[in-house]
Amino acid sequence: MSIRLKVPFEAGAVEKLRSGEQVLLTGTLYTARDAAHKRMVEQLEKGESLPVGLEGQVIYYVGPTPNKPDSVIGSAGPTTSSRMDAYAPRLMEEGLKGMIGKGYRSAEVVASIKKHSAVYIAAIGGTGALLAQKILSSEVIAYEDLGTEAIRKLEVEDFPCIVINDSHGNDWYKEAHKQFEESSNQ
Amino acid sequence: MKEIAYQDIVDEVARICQEANYDLGEDVVNAFKESVRTEKSEAGKSILNQLIENADIATSNRVPMCQDTGVSVFIVKLGQDCHIAGGSLQEAINEGVKKGYDEGYLRYSIVDDPINRRNTGDNTPAVIHIELVEGEDLEVQMSAKGGGAENMSAMKMLTPSAGIEGVKKFILDTVREAGPNACPPLVIGIGIGGNFEVSPYLAKKSLFRPVGERHEDPEIAGLEEELMTEVNKLGIGPQGMGGSTTALDIKVETAPCHIAALPVAVNLNCHASRHKHFVM
Repeated sequence: MSIRLKVPFEAGAVEKLRSGEQVLLTGTLYTARDAAHKRMVEQLEKGESLPVGLEGQVIYYVGPTPNKPDSVIGSAGPTTSSRMDAYAPRLMEEGLKGMIGKGYRSAEVVASIKKHSAVYIAAIGGTGALLAQKILSSEVIAYEDLGTEAIRKLEVEDFPCIVINDSHGNDWYKEAHKQFEESSNQ
Repeated sequence: MKEIAYQDIVDEVARICQEANYDLGEDVVNAFKESVRTEKSEAGKSILNQLIENADIATSNRVPMCQDTGVSVFIVKLGQDCHIAGGSLQEAINEGVKKGYDEGYLRYSIVDDPINRRNTGDNTPAVIHIELVEGEDLEVQMSAKGGGAENMSAMKMLTPSAGIEGVKKFILDTVREAGPNACPPLVIGIGIGGNFEVSPYLAKKSLFRPVGERHEDPEIAGLEEELMTEVNKLGIGPQGMGGSTTALDIKVETAPCHIAALPVAVNLNCHASRHKHFVM
């Protein structure tokens, strides 16, 4: 069973999530990937404010394909999250509460998720056509020159994903692997 | 001597760039369906079913199955009695990529320089390998190769004492380390032998063989089967969420090498193993 949740997260919502839970997100997500992360952190280092306030927000690591004239967005599946590891802790300091991507996070990011009561969620890699159907609108709001890597504001409905690293230090990749090993050995 | 017009190559390349991204090959879809039957984890089965649904949506709506529409990689077999009229083969392929990616609403994923990283805005240059063969046909194979799986690929210069056991260990270590990052279930290309530049090319080239097809040499076919069993015992499963389907297929190609050397390359492909070809 999936848990329906609003994004940005309401107070206390993140702490209730546990690794392995399937969630359906409805509300606003911001997109950002490699180049956008680099620029955001550079702006913070210069003492500038970010183009979007991150308090309570969720960033989706995605670089969508261009939309056809009759659709709001092209294919839009998650990209590999570890490439954002160098920047993620700094953004969590700014209030970022959730990250959606695919694959492992570094030990530093996992520690930072726990410290800031945030959450890391995976969407199914490569299902960009399916996930695009859950996106109702898309608007570039910053760094337009970065093309597919620009920051977009997305409105999503019942966007399906799975909690990997929860705010309590659990890791679903490790647990799922262990559970599968145990069930195979029975 | 056969003559092929430059523009005809451009148009055919543009067509297969789009088809590769919209229409997952039957070989891969059949492998998904077979895996749903054999997968031991319920979560794994559910993910595999979503991959099938995603491939269906991509085909019916003419949208890319994955937002990473990849580096356009070409392996071209050019007959020595074939003449390209009106321009160079490399230009025709790059022109075709530009046209295909622009008109097909595919993502541009190439930067002009690895340090300064400006997007070229048309997904070129493509990676093009040309092999000169007998005859007068032009055969073009194209792959849309995603960055996530490519990043988890690896090459190692083993030495002869490592033997086949050393080769297997390196392959398993590479797949284990990739875990969920490379978007399993994977199609895994292995190149053994050659030298520093040959083994990765063999690994890449092996990925162009249809999923489910074994090598014609029984000894290599046996190695492919054995590696399949070992990799699927790792328990990584679809998307790294645990399961018995870590690889949809493993392909091995070998080449002669130096007495001192045992190069091995592992080129990972995500489940979206996109390949199309044409012959003129």
